[in-house]
Amino acid sequence: MELFKTPLNSWHKKNRAKMVEFGGWEMPVQYEGIIKEHLHCRKEASLFDICHMGEFIVTGDKSREELASILTHDFAKLPPNRCKYGFMLNEKGGVIDDLIVYCLEENKFMLVVNAARIETDFNWLKKHLTSSTIEDISFQTAKLDLQGPKSFEVLKDVFAQEFNDLKYFSFKEIVFKDINILVSRTGYTGELGCELYLPWEKAEEVWEELLTHPLVKPGGLGARDTLRLEVGLPLYGQDLDEEHTPVEAGYGFLITSEKNFIGKENLGQVKEKLIPLKVDSKRSPRHNDEVYYNNQKAGIVTSGSFAPSLGHAIALAYVKVEYSEEQEFIITDGKKKLTAQKTTLPFYTQRTARIKLS
Amino acid sequence: MIPKDLLYTKTHEWIKIEGDTGIIGITHFAQEQLGDITFVELPEVGASLTQGEEMGSIESVKAASELYAPVDGEVLEVNTALEDAPEKINEDPYGEGWLCKVKITGGKENLLDADAYAQLVAEEEH
Repeated sequence: MELFKTPLNSWHKKNRAKMVEFGGWEMPVQYEGIIKEHLHCRKEASLFDICHMGEFIVTGDKSREELASILTHDFAKLPPNRCKYGFMLNEKGGVIDDLIVYCLEENKFMLVVNAARIETDFNWLKKHLTSSTIEDISFQTAKLDLQGPKSFEVLKDVFAQEFNDLKYFSFKEIVFKDINILVSRTGYTGELGCELYLPWEKAEEVWEELLTHPLVKPGGLGARDTLRLEVGLPLYGQDLDEEHTPVEAGYGFLITSEKNFIGKENLGQVKEKLIPLKVDSKRSPRHNDEVYYNNQKAGIVTSGSFAPSLGHAIALAYVKVEYSEEQEFIITDGKKKLTAQKTTLPFYTQRTARIKLS
Repeated sequence: MIPKDLLYTKTHEWIKIEGDTGIIGITHFAQEQLGDITFVELPEVGASLTQGEEMGSIESVKAASELYAPVDGEVLEVNTALEDAPEKINEDPYGEGWLCKVKITGGKENLLDADAYAQLVAEEEH
């Protein structure tokens, strides 16, 4: 199958990015090297091409209540210019996708979904929305993530305006060189930063403008993955799937909606739990490695990596609930054997994502 | 980036043969494919190696892969500096990033020369 290409595909290739397949897309996994790009984002500001992710617009007089019956998000607490993270569940309570919902107007929403789930999500929403209309704008909408403690300094310099009033999980619309850009204070790295939504055909222009700033370097999906794992953010398809509920994934606290959304009645069934594990070596647990407690199979690793900001390996693993409070596990792929300690999230604690901007 | 004075394997190891000893590493192409190397498991000194069989493993941020013995032999010395600085393999794969030194007992005739290895790399890069 032909892979989808973002509007920055030729830019990446011109700039010697290593390209890989991800969710049906040809994406840059690294430019200079994952560790360098990771550390740059923790210190300065990194720019990521995230155009592969999907965007839908849902409108209609009843869109708010209809979405509240399909998604776990608390729509009672979602005014215009705010956004929320949450889940779309199947009847069993398993996660069809994790997504951010933007309230554009009282009854107009943008849903931002994972690239590999665009079709599945769209069909599910279409099936369950009764009077609202849904439009897939994924191939008209570019998404660029600018992340890092210096990212708001960069925004101010490049777009020549202040963003200090922008609170965590809120957004505003700006016009820059006649380009409409939605600037959202969100991200997937744990650092201060924003996600920019703009017209597909303007992606390269805005990308280049941001890269003219001396603090900004491009970051690939490799660094994005280590950055997100260090702060304990889940990746759909690994840490979240249709077989596990968000409560099992550790996100029960996030579900405050009083509405009767699909899957809600099964959230109480907890068979496994996603737990964070720390390994005292640089050798890394990998996706699908087995987790043992006292020679009993306890579960399976969903994400694992060397953590560049910590200097050792970390992992997330689903373990059977009866083992979820144990402290020491063995992780193995049949050959290597790693001793892992249960720890707490985030693995990396010096995050800047929520800092107050003066 | 493919030195002429070394011999190679299809699994991207190189060996520099001097008399009956050889120094082993992984190629520039291999380290580039792996990306940032974070861990390497080397054979023990005294271990006997069989050509084509696993002699250790190597991990990068994104991937893990096996190291295969390029010849039959016995391990004389390993590069212990890699324990704390596996990134030397990325920085200098044919120099400071060497893996181990072996006494060769056989299998030299099955190795690829630089031209044959260059062709293999070209095919993999297509």
